[in-house]
Amino acid sequence: MSADQQTGAPLVEVEGVTLRFKGVTAINQVSFTVGQRELFAVIGPNGAGKTSIFNVLSGVYRPQEGSVRFLGEDVLGQRPHAIAARGMARTFQNIELFENLTVIDNLMLGRAHRVRYGVLSAALWFGRARNSELTDRAAVEDIVDFLELASYRGMPVGLLPYGIQKRVELGRALAMEPKLLLLDEPVAGMNLEETEDMARFILDIRDELEISMIMIEHDMGLVMDLADRIMVVDFGVPITTGVPADVQRNPDVIRAYLGQDHDTGGRRSAGGSPPTTGTSPTTGTSPTTGTEPVGTGATAARTTGETT
Amino acid sequence: MTATQRPVRDPAAGTPAAAAPSATPAPARARRPRGRPAMYTGYAQNMALLNTGGKKAGVLVLFVVALLLPFLLQDDLLRLLATGAVLAIGAIGLNLVTGYAGQVSLGHAVFLGIGAYTASVVSGDPEDESVYGFGITFLPVWLLAAGLVAALVGAIVSPLATRLRGLYLAIVTLGLVFIGEHVFREWDALTGGVGVGREGPTPELFGFDVGTRSEFFSADQQLYLLMLVMLVLFALVGRNIARSAVGRNFAAVRDRDIAAEVTGVDVRKAKRLAFVISGFYGGCAGALLYSINGYIDPGSFNVLLSVQFIAMILIGGAATISGSIMGAFFVALLPRLTRELPEYLPFLSSSPTETPNVFQFETFLYGILIVLFLILEPRGLFGLWVRARNYWKAWPFSY
Repeated sequence: MSADQQTGAPLVEVEGVTLRFKGVTAINQVSFTVGQRELFAVIGPNGAGKTSIFNVLSGVYRPQEGSVRFLGEDVLGQRPHAIAARGMARTFQNIELFENLTVIDNLMLGRAHRVRYGVLSAALWFGRARNSELTDRAAVEDIVDFLELASYRGMPVGLLPYGIQKRVELGRALAMEPKLLLLDEPVAGMNLEETEDMARFILDIRDELEISMIMIEHDMGLVMDLADRIMVVDFGVPITTGVPADVQRNPDVIRAYLGQDHDTGGRRSAGGSPPTTGTSPTTGTSPTTGTEPVGTGATAARTTGETT
Repeated sequence: MTATQRPVRDPAAGTPAAAAPSATPAPARARRPRGRPAMYTGYAQNMALLNTGGKKAGVLVLFVVALLLPFLLQDDLLRLLATGAVLAIGAIGLNLVTGYAGQVSLGHAVFLGIGAYTASVVSGDPEDESVYGFGITFLPVWLLAAGLVAALVGAIVSPLATRLRGLYLAIVTLGLVFIGEHVFREWDALTGGVGVGREGPTPELFGFDVGTRSEFFSADQQLYLLMLVMLVLFALVGRNIARSAVGRNFAAVRDRDIAAEVTGVDVRKAKRLAFVISGFYGGCAGALLYSINGYIDPGSFNVLLSVQFIAMILIGGAATISGSIMGAFFVALLPRLTRELPEYLPFLSSSPTETPNVFQFETFLYGILIVLFLILEPRGLFGLWVRARNYWKAWPFSY
């Protein structure tokens, strides 16, 4: 599907990954590939295992089964900083910045894996250490410009407003000069204006910096507008992967988000064809029609759907 | 051509992010614009250690005062200041591991002990049958040996830090102090044994013994100047480590270790490095401390010494080099101040046999000061200084 999006070899190949915590299967047989310059979105209800997928990719969790290939190399079992050094950067759902440090220092830390000087050179602040610091600073200032953070440069990030902190975290990931960027809910908790800013930055990252991205997001409007392809996960199981328009019409996706309708749900899945506005058997109780995008109110609707 | 060469030192000169005053490519104007002395035209200026006029002037004044002190103060006070300078070296070491890297270490006394004994073994008299000695009294040799051996012990201890954190690490490092105390008490050939002790290292530089009076200076004046130079060196190195990628990695590990790892920081390496550096500083401080005192008692390296170092960095300001120095001098001079108290507070006795006496008051004061600073100004003396500085920066406006 949508092979035109992918040029050249895929950047990431995830193959049959299963992650269990004792009895709980957090991720079950997840497979997907992300191509060059692709914006790949992962969506799913809360607790579906989206962030666990990120944790597997970046090496924080080690899955029981499956393989993860990044840039053609098996990265499963490598330590997180080693995977980061290969070019995988990440932002977190709940901001994970070094809050006592300034914006500049946070961004400089993004370049930690590029630092080639040792403690002795650092102790003298001479030659290699000094040059390296100056080059890194220049690179970091480019990102400050790119993300319009100039006025917050010298401030400890703990003092900054939420939206700016999110942006600093994105900046720290960009400072790593990654080939793949993992964005975990980049606009969670943001107002419309901040969301639009972030959307603009995400598009700029893809189009100007040409960095592939995997994005987890609950803001369906944002996901449907930005993503090239979407994977939907529910209870750790991938339901479908496809372009936004297809995903929106997929009955399994609708069921995952809105719950099973006891009157019509069985018939729909038995039919196998995605319902459209014209042909879908409307019952009046179901809040969905096929073409209606899965909206932000979906989670609330899902709970009511389950209780009926 | 000098004007055009300047931007070469600034690798960002060509990037839009450069702090250059004008957007137009004007290499001839790369020098600071006239009338704007605080303008940075390159990251090298911005990232320099003394990057403002105020800092430059302040450090200069401080240095001149420090150099004049030997001629203004009595010898016993100078000795106290020399001790303070050495304690400051140790405090910087502890601050790097505890303040910057966030690994609480209550075992700093052990590093001091190891440094002190290594140095005195290297410098000790080989004729003396009762204790080890190699007779190399040249200061850089025994100082380096003391630092390296203590750093090695730091490296051996560091795996604990990669497996434990917070309170658990603190307790384990506390255990280290008890092991150290036991070894120092029992290993007579190294320490001379309880009640006997051994001589500290001899501070000899190019055939000149700093510890004995010379033609022009008293021993205490010389020791003060020596320790001042040492402090400046160690503080400079400490500051450079703190502001480089090494120190940034420490802070990242302290603030959020998982994020640090995903960002590309090798957390284990950072923790190991923190303990190694801290051990090196502790070892050097131990060696220098007993080259002032001249006599090492095996019972000196106990929990109280570790707690005093914790007090120094908490009172001075965690994760600051200048705070470590302020805290160390504060703790070093505190006994001297409390000794004066019986004159003003008649209920305090200066004799240790009566209660309440100044010695009890002193231990009480450590505790109360730590508590007060943690509640009122967690950034310590450094924080007070920042407040005062910011007030005068904005003066006469309130903000």
